[in-house]
This record gives sequence, structure tokens and C-alpha cells, in this order.
Amino acid sequence: MDAAAFCGVVYGISALAGFLGALTGLGGGVVVTPVLTTLLGVDLHYAIGASLVSVIATSSGAAAAYVREGYSNIRSGMFLEIATTLGAVAGAHLTTALPASTLAIIFGAVLLYSAWHSLHVRKEVPAQKSDPLAVRLRLEGSYPGREGPVSYRVDRVKGGFSLMFVAGILSGLLGIGSGAMKVIAMDQVMRFPFKVSTTTSNFMIGVTAAASAGVYLSRGYIDPRVAMPVMLGVLTGSVLGARRLVAFRTRFLRVVFALVVGALALEMLVRAFGGGF
Amino acid sequence: MTDQQLDQVIGKLLRAGVLLSAAVVFAGGVWLLLEIAHTPANFRHFQPPPAGLRSTGGIIGGLAHPNPQLVIQFGLLLLVATPVARVILSVIVFAIQRDRLYVVITLIVLAVLGYSLAVPHG
Repeated sequence: MDAAAFCGVVYGISALAGFLGALTGLGGGVVVTPVLTTLLGVDLHYAIGASLVSVIATSSGAAAAYVREGYSNIRSGMFLEIATTLGAVAGAHLTTALPASTLAIIFGAVLLYSAWHSLHVRKEVPAQKSDPLAVRLRLEGSYPGREGPVSYRVDRVKGGFSLMFVAGILSGLLGIGSGAMKVIAMDQVMRFPFKVSTTTSNFMIGVTAAASAGVYLSRGYIDPRVAMPVMLGVLTGSVLGARRLVAFRTRFLRVVFALVVGALALEMLVRAFGGGF
Repeated sequence: MTDQQLDQVIGKLLRAGVLLSAAVVFAGGVWLLLEIAHTPANFRHFQPPPAGLRSTGGIIGGLAHPNPQLVIQFGLLLLVATPVARVILSVIVFAIQRDRLYVVITLIVLAVLGYSLAVPHG
């Protein structure tokens, strides 16, 4: 394949990944790496570098739409970013220490989990009273409801903070946004309302990814010839996907995307155990 | 400035950063394809790009004599800078609000970002 064809194919695949990622709320970055590595034979390190960059693009791009709604909790996001950025730097360093096959196996497992997570319906359980630490850190907040602001409490700060550290490690290790795990830390552990956890974790994804980006850049994982079509493709796809979000967000689409992600995960695991990385 | 207004400013900042970065990456990409469109693309084996493309200082310093890959890399650096700019802006806003606790928290995040982006990792 010559450079022009490679660029075109990668752009197209990335646009599709970004489009589906935005429609399903799963993020496109998580699909780009398995496709690049298993279908196009791109080395894992180039793939995760390009994916990390595209994660920042979708996070910052989507944030512009989210903030207008006033759901995100900036203080909580900033506090939890201490955990995610520290985790991301640790994860990015760990990437250089681990063999590619190990990374691919972890990636496959995370993909399988993401597929399952996207189908699993979570329940919103509001916190009855706040963790004293949440009060001291002023993590509680309110969001605009139909009849004025709705205030909420925040629970289990230490548990949420710890899980955010793990989310950061995975983000730095695999060049993904770790959106699913961030959302779980916020709404299942800390009991934030869904709207708040989704928008705030989207905000955090960009900052977390930026924390790994410096390490990735130094190590040479961000190669302009691969990152360019991936970043432009994912961005195009996610912008188009976000516009259709309201009309298309159906259970059917989630199932299709989960199946695609699941199949990619298995392909990656099979190849990794067969020594293909 | 209320938190709501801060949200608005941040949203605009992020979008502007993404658009600017995409424009620069696109320009670099067009230039790159004009030069190497028909050369083979092989990324099967990892080989780090030249040192000048691997550090913040190297990329910005190299802009005096630009080449396609350097322009793309600079565009990607602008993209990475957008969330960093958001954190910097938050430090300023928390300082104006005299919210000492959150100035400290935000500075910690900024320090981690600074470590990643400004310190070379061999």
C-alpha cells in the first residue's frame, strides 16, 4: 500500500469509528487501535499513539457542546484529575516496560469489558447524604432541572478517587479515554447523577490523555504519518455522529457496536496469544 | 465570573483549540501527501520518528525550517495544549474567586501535565 492509499483507508476507518463512538457514547478511540493493528498490521505502539491523540480531539470537541447545558461539575472533575493524570503518567511509562503481546491482551480484556458495559443498564442511585470528605472538598453541586436547580450529594470519595487512578493507568497504558471506567467511578461509586458523571468525565478524558501525551511523544509513539489520518478521521466522524445523536441513539445501535467491539476484542486476544504482536 | 460563565468560556476555548489544531494537521497532511503519496507505507515494525519530532521544544524550535511531518506534529501539539489551557484558565479563575483549596488542587494537575510535556522521557 502506498502512503496515499494508507492515509485514505485509515481516515475512512477512523471516521467510521468516531461516528459510531459518538452515536453510542462509547468514544471512537477504543476501536481505532484494534482495527489498525489487526486489519492493517500497524504496530501497536503507532496505533495507541494515534488513538490517544484522537481521544483528546473528541473530548475537547464534545466538551464545547456539553458545557452549554451546565451539567458538568468543574471542581469534582479537577479534584479527580489529580488521580487520573498521575495514573496516566504511570500507565504511559508502564507501556514502554511491557511487551506488546501483554499490552494487546490487556487491551482485548478492556475491550470486552467495554462491550459488556455498553449493553448493561446501570441504575441511578442518588446518595442520601454526602461523604464528609466530599463536603470538605465542596464536591456537591446542582444541575439545571425542569423546575429549577436540582442539588445532589456525593458519596465515597476515596473509592471514586482510587478507581479514577486505575482509569488513568489504563488510559496511559493503552492510549484510550477510559470513559467507561470514569463514568462508573462517578455514578456507581460516588453516586453522581448520570448527566453530571457523563459530562464531567468527558471533560476529564482530554486532560487525562494530555498527561500521557508528553510521555508518548518522547517515546515516539505519536508518528505524524499515522496520527494525522486517525485524528482527522475520528474528529470528522464524531462531529457528524454528535449531530445525529438525538435521532439515532437506539438500543439496536448499541448492540451492533457492542458486537463489533466484542469481535475486535476476540481477534486481538487470539492474535496476542498466537504471538501476533 | 460564575461557574456557569466559566463553563461557556472553557467550551469556546476548547472548540477553538480543536479547530485550529485540525486545520494545521490538515495543512501538514496535504503537504505530506504531495511529497510522499506514492512511496510505500509500512508501519509493521515500530521505529521511533527522528528526535526533532519527539519533544515539545524540538517541534517548536524546528518550525523555523518547517517540513510536512513537523507541521502535523505542531498541530497535534496544539491539540494537546487545549486541555492544558483549560487547566491554566481554571487556576486563574479559582485565584480570582479566592478559592485557595482549588488553586492548589488545580496546580497539582498542572504540575503533572508539565512533568509529562516539558520533561524529556528517555
